[in-house]
Amino acid sequence: MRYAETGYNLEIDLSRGNIERVETDPRLTELHLGGQGTAAKILWDRVPPEVEPFSPDNLLIFSSALLHATPVPGANRSVVNTINPQTNLYSHSIFGGFFGPELKHAGYDKIIFRGKSPNLVYLWINNDKVELRDASHLQGKGALETAALLQEELKDPKAQVAAIGLAGENRVYMASIEHANSSASRGVGSVMGDKKLKAIVVRGTKDINVARPAELWEICNRQYKEIYDNPYCGDVFLREDDDSWHVNNFAWGNARVRNKNYWTKEVEEQWKEITERVRVRWTACYNCPKDCHQAIAFPGRPKYFQKCYSKLTYAMAAFEGLKFNYDILGVTQEYGLDGFSTPQVLAFAVELYEAGILTDNDLPGFPSDGAGRFFYLVEKIVRREGVGDALANGVYWAARQIGKGAEAFDHNTTKKFEQVPLKLGKVNHPYFIMYATGEKMAITQIEGSYPQTPEPDIEERKRLVEGWVAAPERFKKWFLEWEPRQDPPVEASVNIADWNEIMHYVDDAVGTCAFLSSFRGQFGCRPPYHIYNLPNFISLATGMDLDADGLWEIASRNRNLIRAINIRRGLKRIDEKPPDDHWKIREPEMEQKLLDAYYEFKGWTNDGIPTKDTLDKLGLDYVSEDFVQRGILTGNEGTPSKETSAGKDE
Amino acid sequence: MKGALEKKKIKTIKVNLDKCIGCRACEIACSAFHANPKYSSVNPARSRIRMVIDLLNDEYVPIRAADYTKAECDGRHVYTINEKEYSECSFCGSVCPARDLFKEPDSGLPLKCDMCEDDPPQKEPLCVQVCRVDALTYEEKEEEVEEEVKLGQMEIGLESLVGKYGLQKIVDTVARMSNK
Ligand code: SF4
Ligand code: SF4
Ligand code: SF4
Repeated sequence: MRYAETGYNLEIDLSRGNIERVETDPRLTELHLGGQGTAAKILWDRVPPEVEPFSPDNLLIFSSALLHATPVPGANRSVVNTINPQTNLYSHSIFGGFFGPELKHAGYDKIIFRGKSPNLVYLWINNDKVELRDASHLQGKGALETAALLQEELKDPKAQVAAIGLAGENRVYMASIEHANSSASRGVGSVMGDKKLKAIVVRGTKDINVARPAELWEICNRQYKEIYDNPYCGDVFLREDDDSWHVNNFAWGNARVRNKNYWTKEVEEQWKEITERVRVRWTACYNCPKDCHQAIAFPGRPKYFQKCYSKLTYAMAAFEGLKFNYDILGVTQEYGLDGFSTPQVLAFAVELYEAGILTDNDLPGFPSDGAGRFFYLVEKIVRREGVGDALANGVYWAARQIGKGAEAFDHNTTKKFEQVPLKLGKVNHPYFIMYATGEKMAITQIEGSYPQTPEPDIEERKRLVEGWVAAPERFKKWFLEWEPRQDPPVEASVNIADWNEIMHYVDDAVGTCAFLSSFRGQFGCRPPYHIYNLPNFISLATGMDLDADGLWEIASRNRNLIRAINIRRGLKRIDEKPPDDHWKIREPEMEQKLLDAYYEFKGWTNDGIPTKDTLDKLGLDYVSEDFVQRGILTGNEGTPSKETSAGKDE
Repeated sequence: MKGALEKKKIKTIKVNLDKCIGCRACEIACSAFHANPKYSSVNPARSRIRMVIDLLNDEYVPIRAADYTKAECDGRHVYTINEKEYSECSFCGSVCPARDLFKEPDSGLPLKCDMCEDDPPQKEPLCVQVCRVDALTYEEKEEEVEEEVKLGQMEIGLESLVGKYGLQKIVDTVARMSNK
């Protein structure tokens, strides 16, 4: 018997309408766990670098993760992977809610789509019955609206739906896939639209077995309480009325200006009042006692869910207030637009207009106020109307399509992807490495275990370190020695970047929510899940024999495999840099030194390519062979990685 | 099946809909507890508590499986909540022929909340234990009640089979099986 997983994937050929249920190789679970790990393996094997993102040969993979549908609390992150049309690189996208567990109860770990459907369709999975159905009646319908219509049409209110809105249908690069209270962003919505797949509906009523039931239940039952009582996990910021952290620290407009005087007691009162008026309920994801999502009823808009920092992204990009943000989310959620990248594209367009690069010819009847302009632009973009067609390709591509000096306004992208709008003082060393080298295009998917800033009070620093069970020893020392306005030593910076990203690679394979794990060590140092307790959850659920070092190694394997996918698609050292304008004071020489050190630590060449030794050591021989064959590696370069692990400290 | 008066511990689970966050941990815990062997599998479809959720209409209602009934009730009342119409059945816990709710996915046999009776007893029913937000809370009260003849799991199952196929057919089948 396979524990924790179903052992089957669904293969859907959208061109032919062919559906197959395929047994998976249990050895791949041992090597990559599940979720993004096993999805990366499929992308490596089956999507050669020549395949364009909008080619029928590109795959779109929906993965449940290894611990979904086990009792492990907060294991509900589903993953969507494909090749992203915006970056032409690997696309990493995760979403919460209820989808992955339901898919497993239906009997499948993944759904792998290939080809392109001739007409708009949706996939209906009801346990063993799987069919592609006509979705022409859903064309242009909102993402959540589609979910409700499908539940009604299929007479199954318990079915879980993931759907795109108009943005995805029109292959807008910022298109998301919406599911219940969660969204998947970073390119996956446009590929789903390109494949003419409007929605996936899943209903499952089968058992998922675990290897050591009583012991697993015992630690899970305790974990509910631990998570619920732990004030440092969940969406800590969204649950507070004090938004000063985001308002003061993030940049307004097209990632341009900081507004440190905006936040006052009056603003706080006013915002609190608005939020309480429009919020219907706080809601959770599958099997999690935290409640990070606000169900919002804004007058005149369809109901929707607000999560994370999307509470402010549109407002700050448009120089508007909170009410406008709740208003426009009511529109953009149904269109299926990502709340992080979209506001930046809109703010970029407004700047181009103000600079005279876009004119009234491009934007006839363009309103004069920030809010009006954003609503106007959203309609153009989701329909790809006029200049909206260029803007729908994101800042990087739009700047080049529009020309006339628009390129100069693209100052906040990395690897062609919009970054969170930050404008900070001096370059931060670990952050430089993470921005430059991350494969996931969003810093929130890379950072998170090690504190962002030093703790000035030495007593508090000691207190934090004392109960810091999540951290390997070396980080405690570095944190204790870290004084305000100091850069950590190069060795520490490299290790911090490494630990931070490794924890995300763990979460993305087993499904634990980053708000309970990889993203939540940085404030307060007490994440409920970490490298030392996750192996036990995984072992008891799956029957695998796993310790912290073993888990670290798997995460490292997945990290290198995803790196390899991007290298094979042409990623170069020269692409590895933070947004131009992210830090005012830069240290070009030091930055290159950091990059050298990180590559060396990872066992990569000076061009950021994993060496043959590194790959072989991780059991990725087939990757090194491919690299040698393609001339990416000679096979003689460098030594294997110095990467340390959970237990070992050098 | 009624009996004489007796002092009895009444166990109840109180539900506060305003507190529910829709996490479905109650379904997961209930199905795990009743799996065989215990906790060996999770499957909300086997849970004796079920979340009725309509995200967009802010409907988050945990319903526990009540008794098995042979016949459908007239169920004609219609309720309107937030402008959406609900039939009387929407939040009913009875296991009845009109729907699949609270029936084992493979056998179709009825499921009933047994308050997690266990030996040694659980400190609280499992769904209450995992509902950390206290949408579900457990209460024990001493009350004078008419003694009730309690049906065991097997009897409930058999009753439903009798309802479905008729007593004679069940007797014949059992006889045939025991001759095998
Ligand atoms: S911590 Fe929040 S976002 Fe994460 S699973 Fe729980 S409710 Fe969902
Ligand atoms: S465990 Fe509690 S909060 Fe969660 S769905 Fe059940 S009743 Fe609601
Ligand atoms: S009390 Fe026990 S049997 Fe009843 S619904 Fe809750 S978990 Fe299930």
